[in-house]
Amino acid sequence: MLTKRIIPCLDIKNGRCVKGVQFENIRDAGDPVELAKWYAQQGADELVFLDITATNEERKTFAELVRDIARHIDIPFTVGGGIGAVADVEVLLMAGADKVSINSAAIRNPHLVAELAKRFGSQCVTVAVDTKHTEATGWKVFARAGTVETPHATVDWCRQVADLGAGEILLTSMNNDGTKAGFALDITGAVSEAVSVPVVASGGAGTMQHFADVFHQAKADAALAASLFHFRELEVPELKAFLKQEGVDVRI
Amino acid sequence: MNLVIVDYKAGNVQSVMFALERLNIQATLSCDFETIKAADKVIFPGVGEASSAMEQLKARNLDKLLPTLEQPFFGVCLGMQLLCQHSEEGETPLLGIIPLEVKRFQTDLKVPHMGWNQLEHLASPLFAGLQEKEYAYYVHSYYVPLSDYTIAQTSYPEPFSAALHYKNFYAVQFHPEKSGPAGSQILKNFLAL
Repeated sequence: MLTKRIIPCLDIKNGRCVKGVQFENIRDAGDPVELAKWYAQQGADELVFLDITATNEERKTFAELVRDIARHIDIPFTVGGGIGAVADVEVLLMAGADKVSINSAAIRNPHLVAELAKRFGSQCVTVAVDTKHTEATGWKVFARAGTVETPHATVDWCRQVADLGAGEILLTSMNNDGTKAGFALDITGAVSEAVSVPVVASGGAGTMQHFADVFHQAKADAALAASLFHFRELEVPELKAFLKQEGVDVRI
Repeated sequence: MNLVIVDYKAGNVQSVMFALERLNIQATLSCDFETIKAADKVIFPGVGEASSAMEQLKARNLDKLLPTLEQPFFGVCLGMQLLCQHSEEGETPLLGIIPLEVKRFQTDLKVPHMGWNQLEHLASPLFAGLQEKEYAYYVHSYYVPLSDYTIAQTSYPEPFSAALHYKNFYAVQFHPEKSGPAGSQILKNFLAL
């Protein structure tokens, strides 16, 4: 049975983890490699590293970090943040990343998705979609870290990038992100229904029940969370034990 | 031991190199005909699309070499599929070492088959020390059906070949280099063959 994936997400700035990560058994809480190893041991199914730095110089640091992570962990990981061109992707994949996630660049140039899929294979192309709902517009796609509204309706956009060759969609609800009130079940379910590729739900996780809900009700293939894991409000082993009890297939 | 990883610009050889490094094993990356021919053991990784991978092999004359090799050989993911006869992906003729067809998943489930799934009916020294239903990490849209050469299977939803064995050729559809301690054990087992 293919299992549902639990994915901790780490934000990286200048080669270091940001957001206060609190683990007493980790020597250096800002060291992404140490954290990645710890999450892998805990039973995380994959990891996502998002580069939130801005300058090109810092991006080089990120590529070096990716190589270091690949050297030390034995589970798959995705990297994203600021990827704009085929050359950026090549550097990250050659450094050992399993998948890259692209967001604003796909909105600027949807053809990039097709180009990446052709060049490297769909299996390593994740399209990250930030979405926000208002009464007036419905669910719309936002670009540039959620600051710029695009004309794209979310379900249509996801279908489009999947048709272009995306191998996976990472869907973040801006309405839910940071609320700890649960994932956006309606839009996650609608996207999962509309596309034939796996969908990773992101934004809003606060309890173990929220994960069960997004798998059962919204048919997500994977669920991502950041601070919930980093602050140890929830740990991967207890989450997986709970999900198993709830009838969700997970790798334990 | 002279271990060579075939580097033909089709995919992430780096991950396999790192996985071996974690086992303290030195390997040489090469696309050179003579170097590969002279190896004690050969690992053949691969991700991406079948027809472009075949073109890369042909450009280096490796499509002629690989079928003639007699040393222990280990194909991974696309590297397993390429050993077969023909793929539905781009209707591509493959290396033709194992007389099998590569098919596209026809299912209501999500494609690619992506994530951790279980290995069953383990029937090879390649899986020494592993339990039935051990998890392995998969990412693929095409698969090899069950056959006489199948030495492990996984279901999605129908059972397919998780691993193949034919003469000196061993191959797995999943990624041992990304499958945690179980994956490392499989790499070790291959090196001990």
